[in-house]
Amino acid sequence: MSVYFLCLVLFSIGLYCILRKRNLIKIIIGIMITEYAVNLFFILTGYRMHGRAPIHSEDQAILNMVDPLPQALVLTAIVIGLAVTALIAAIAIRVYEKYGTFDITKIKRLKG
Amino acid sequence: MLHNLLPLFVAVPLAAAFLNALIGKRIKGFPDWLSGIATFFLAGLSIYSVVLFKATGPIMYKVGGWMPPIGITMVMDGLALLMLVTVNIIAFLVSIYSIDYMERYTQKWNFYCLFLLMVAGMNGVIISGDMFNLYVFLEIAAISSYALVAFGTEHEELEASFKYAVMGTLASSFILLGIVFLYSITSTLNMADMSRELAGKSSSNIVLLISVLFLTGFGLKSALVPFHAWLPDAHPSAPAPISAMLSGVLIKSLGVYAIIRIFFSVLGSSPQVLSILMGIGTVSIVVGGCLALGQWDFKRLLAYSSISQIGYVVLGIGLGTPLGILGGVFHLLNHSAFKSLLFLNSGAVEYSTGTRDLKKMGGLKERMPVTANTSLVASMSISGIPPFNGFWSKLIIIVACIQAGHFMYAFWAVLASILTLAYFMKVQRYGFFGELKKGLAHVKEVPFFMKLSMTILAIICFLGGLLLIPGISGDLLGVARDAVLTGQDYAGIVFGAIK
Amino acid sequence: MIDDPKKGMTLIVKTITRLTVGLILLFGIYIVSHGHISPGGGFAGGVIVALSFIHIMLAFGKETTFKKVKESVASFFESIGAIIFITLAMLGIGGGYFFFNFLAKGEPFRLFSSGLIPLYNMAISLKVGAGLFIIFVTLILFRVSKKGEEE
Repeated sequence: MSVYFLCLVLFSIGLYCILRKRNLIKIIIGIMITEYAVNLFFILTGYRMHGRAPIHSEDQAILNMVDPLPQALVLTAIVIGLAVTALIAAIAIRVYEKYGTFDITKIKRLKG
Repeated sequence: MLHNLLPLFVAVPLAAAFLNALIGKRIKGFPDWLSGIATFFLAGLSIYSVVLFKATGPIMYKVGGWMPPIGITMVMDGLALLMLVTVNIIAFLVSIYSIDYMERYTQKWNFYCLFLLMVAGMNGVIISGDMFNLYVFLEIAAISSYALVAFGTEHEELEASFKYAVMGTLASSFILLGIVFLYSITSTLNMADMSRELAGKSSSNIVLLISVLFLTGFGLKSALVPFHAWLPDAHPSAPAPISAMLSGVLIKSLGVYAIIRIFFSVLGSSPQVLSILMGIGTVSIVVGGCLALGQWDFKRLLAYSSISQIGYVVLGIGLGTPLGILGGVFHLLNHSAFKSLLFLNSGAVEYSTGTRDLKKMGGLKERMPVTANTSLVASMSISGIPPFNGFWSKLIIIVACIQAGHFMYAFWAVLASILTLAYFMKVQRYGFFGELKKGLAHVKEVPFFMKLSMTILAIICFLGGLLLIPGISGDLLGVARDAVLTGQDYAGIVFGAIK
Repeated sequence: MIDDPKKGMTLIVKTITRLTVGLILLFGIYIVSHGHISPGGGFAGGVIVALSFIHIMLAFGKETTFKKVKESVASFFESIGAIIFITLAMLGIGGGYFFFNFLAKGEPFRLFSSGLIPLYNMAISLKVGAGLFIIFVTLILFRVSKKGEEE
């Protein structure tokens, strides 16, 4: 139970970074922390007591493995997180080129 | 053999996008024609599948030949059919429009590559039968749209795209968290199997947590009111064909369709969920309408109006009665048609005059007749004036509200409809009628392909009411309504249709 | 690789890079081709293949890297990987279903077994390797020139 609670703490740290930090790069790091917290939580729900790694080899019998499905899904989710991070970092570099600053309180042309 | 057509909805735009990236860089006119042919094929395929559905009923396709729940599936029931027709026809018309409009930007092959990826993602969300496949295709469509909003790389576009990307990624994290909890209590990812397991258990605390997480995540994707803050910045800053796609189909396919699929088929529609949906829908209608009244930027006004109209759809669906759901899905189809037409009109105005500010425009009716007439058709349609299609769907929603006894919601819906009429009359008076301003004497009509796609959309707006004739309505709208109403019997329909 | 003392990192880094970068590429190819026997597969192997090229760029600077692999070649491989993947998936329709595994599946735990899966792994590794290399090049090469300063 305590590991799930620690995942929630990690998610909250990421959420705090997105909401309260003023630098664009820190917001991107907050997004990364949030996504990794969700991926970690997903793998931890797949644990079975006294299970071994779910790799099928010739000489070991198939019993008592942890759940392999979350591991395959988290592989996809990590790739998606990588793609989003790369795109947002490229947009942040171009924002710096146009506005000259990384501070979000000064990047406020759209309002109303 | 005919059921093999279903994966083509995803495979054809993906293949066209990557062929574009490979060959389109080198040959000049290649991306336009490839994208036009691919989307025309998809539009024709979706209309053919209406005929196919009438013959065979819901189709469930086993990918790779593996039986569910071990293998992944693609399911087409009535609601998916309606959404496929909407998305693919609008994608074809927008693709034709961009042949002329995107001449002003560089790297047109890049635009078409991202556009086809977005269409592939949206089609994948609609026909996917597994929870995690829905998430993967949702991310494909969303990431392509973040890149497309920033396509012009000016100041405002980059700022709007950053804001949209951060909020969209946060919503996707909430959706993934909801999927994690759903997997941990049902230990399967197939949506039909999940609905079978959840129908057996009673509603416990964890189903409540899952509902809240999904409502937050998909509510942000479909711009319902507490989560709407990204839409008035992102939709005006995108190039006009992308604004039409985003506002016309993306917020419906990723947002409203996913809400219907989760809350009606998988989790089961309890009365609390339905009343929350109705409440959020009504607040969206009123807030969107009031905020749109004060706007002087043409596209920003249309973006706020999108929030308002999606509120109508969610109100109609939240009613839960057959008439309400019919009104909701019909308004979904209509809104795609007239909102895309309005955004394409604003793009045509910007192409000719170079401005989006209503105070600087005036009297464009003499110089741009096709644009002015189609925008008049769209404005009358969205305000609910008979005999255009918006009138029928709004009437059905309001009548369904009164029949179910919710008089306050019907009152707010009628009030917001009057507000809609008010701000679209403002657009027409300042933009198209009135005196021709001095600086605008040189504007010409827009090129051929833009005129063609706007005219076809105006014809769809005009004839949309014919879908309610009892002989035809059963094919497209009736099957969508029945698919939503079966609720947690989704598993029975899907497993009975294995091919 | 030419050792230009003004560009890139120090001599120690360049020597170690020359010795190990081929081994890193070989290890990446091993993980891709044994994707159906041991953990790894297309994505993980593709990342390692991309890392070997990024390693050259970090140690030697961008001119040497662009003599070895040009940006247009990487972009070509990225698109080819995706097109091969979609073509293999659509060929399954001839066998009956999309993504159908129609080649012969041999005995388990052999290298040449399980039908189409090694080919899918190779296509994915092409796309991921080239894609990550291009992402790195794009993010590094975009220099902000403010008020006429050159880097």
